[in-house]
Amino acid sequence: MRYSALQILKQGLTGNRRWERAWRKPDPKPSYDIIIIGGGGHGLATAYYLAAVHGQSNVAVLERGYFGGGNVGRNTTIVRANYGLPGNSEFYSHSLKLWEGLEQELNFNVMHSQRGVINLFHSDGQRDAAARRGNAMINQGDDAILLDRGDCRQMLPYLDFDQTRFPIYGGLYHPRGGTARHDAVAWGFARGADQRGVDLIDNCEVTGIDIQNGHVTGVQTTRGAIRAKKIGIVVAGNSSRVAAMAGMRLPIESHVLQAFVTEGLKPVIDHVVTYGMGHFYISQSDKGGLVFGGDLDFYPSYASRGNLPMVEHVMEAGMTLMPMLGKARLLRSWGGIMDMSPDGSPIIDRTGIRGLYLNCGWCYGGFKAVPGSGNCFAHLMATDRPHDAAARYKLSRFETGFGLMDEEGTGAQHNLH
Amino acid sequence: MLIPCPLCGARDLREFTPKGAAVTLHRPDVGAGLDAWNDYLHLRDNPAGPTRELWWHGSGCGAWLVVERNTLTHEVSGARLAEEEAGA
Ligand SMILES: Cc1cc2nc3c(=O)[nH]c(=O)nc-3n(C[C@H](O)[C@H](O)[C@H](O)COP(=O)(O)OP(=O)(O)OC[C@H]3O[C@@H](n4cnc5c(N)ncnc54)[C@H](O)[C@@H]3O)c2cc1C
Ligand SMILES: [Zn+2]
Repeated sequence: MRYSALQILKQGLTGNRRWERAWRKPDPKPSYDIIIIGGGGHGLATAYYLAAVHGQSNVAVLERGYFGGGNVGRNTTIVRANYGLPGNSEFYSHSLKLWEGLEQELNFNVMHSQRGVINLFHSDGQRDAAARRGNAMINQGDDAILLDRGDCRQMLPYLDFDQTRFPIYGGLYHPRGGTARHDAVAWGFARGADQRGVDLIDNCEVTGIDIQNGHVTGVQTTRGAIRAKKIGIVVAGNSSRVAAMAGMRLPIESHVLQAFVTEGLKPVIDHVVTYGMGHFYISQSDKGGLVFGGDLDFYPSYASRGNLPMVEHVMEAGMTLMPMLGKARLLRSWGGIMDMSPDGSPIIDRTGIRGLYLNCGWCYGGFKAVPGSGNCFAHLMATDRPHDAAARYKLSRFETGFGLMDEEGTGAQHNLH
Repeated sequence: MLIPCPLCGARDLREFTPKGAAVTLHRPDVGAGLDAWNDYLHLRDNPAGPTRELWWHGSGCGAWLVVERNTLTHEVSGARLAEEEAGA
């Protein structure tokens, strides 16, 4: 069923009884050409592009819970292409372009809103760094505008500009950055993949990966064994556990990241604002809730909930930046498990096992990557050659030290990126 | 989360900085091959369950600790001085 304004009218007039399921609920077949492990944003997008671009429809996505129940439904939805290093720069640029056509492509309203992202800076040195980053973004073909203090005052009148610790000097403005509705992105890709013949199988946890003579042959799951010629691991925070089923040890540590939302308010914050010095960022959802977050809790974790000291820290940082925040009431907080890599950049690559492919290491920035990652991973799995935009996301860079992409220059410690 | 520092007693999480898996205690020799350094710097068991980590009691006694903790429940089951561990 195609979604359109006319369809809404038609369904509304017939009591909304005739809407079809957005995707089928098939039982697993005994074998597929390609199995994707993990039904988050990246897994679903991979399946979609395998079918839509590469004509592969004998594909299954196996999800241990429900589709979209992982990080893709837990993130703070910021979409941007403001990376500085070669490798990341072209990849996120590619992904943002896919975002810009995504709703037409999927015939699904993902509520992509290019409201602009503003990264604040608080010293002359930071201004120089912001200018340099802005130039890198412009060289990549994306957009960046350096704002001074006066511009920021006009656009963000609610900030405390004269706070003594980190007075606001200006900001780097990325007009094409913004947000999207996280669940809708998962649903849109799921529906698109299903329409092209992909089997989406939920409540199906992969418990083993079968390998014969260095070649994958299939998986063991809670719904039985399923054979496959190619298998992609796309399980975010659970990457180490699933890769261990194939005898691999990954350069990944899993960490919890928390986020928060207030009660719904009238429109007050028009952009995405990031306050790096306070480890704080904020935007307002279309429902009106102020959505904000901060840093990792910093210790490895598989519990999808964090501790109170980080809650307190985020609230404090928010209050120093925009004291008006104190008037809002916090509605909910939650956590998700991040696949932290040693250089803060992701991995989209083959493995030492033939037919086994790996997509992980997205740290806390993988939502904006959903279309780009799916597109590039599908390309790799279908053609056995890396997509140009993701050619530097090699697993071997950690072994050789060649091609590391440490965007923040914090060194090889997983929790510092 | 309380961490039982052997020198200071049970203290609040906020006094500590986590560094990650305790493998970082065992630094390879300068001449050890790429594999050894890759293991040390990058690769992690990253278990879902009991784990051993390095934590620094920076706002307390300043000691480095090896903390035993469960990554699924956040339960802390013990801590000892890293120097004892490294010397052993
Ligand atoms: C609080 C928070 C805020 C964030 N904010 C942003 C942001 O503003 N911008 C941004 O770009 N990114 C952000 N991120 C990061 C982003 O959400 C993730 O990088 C991205 O969603 C990860 O990819 P995914 O969607 O495929 O992961 P997931 O949705 O977690 O998908 C992985 C799936 O694999 C499944 N799985 C695991 N093990 C198995 C198994 N054995 N068998 C079968 N299935 C399995 C899981 O159930 C899960 O559904 C944020 C994350 C969090 C937690
Ligand atoms: Zn102490």
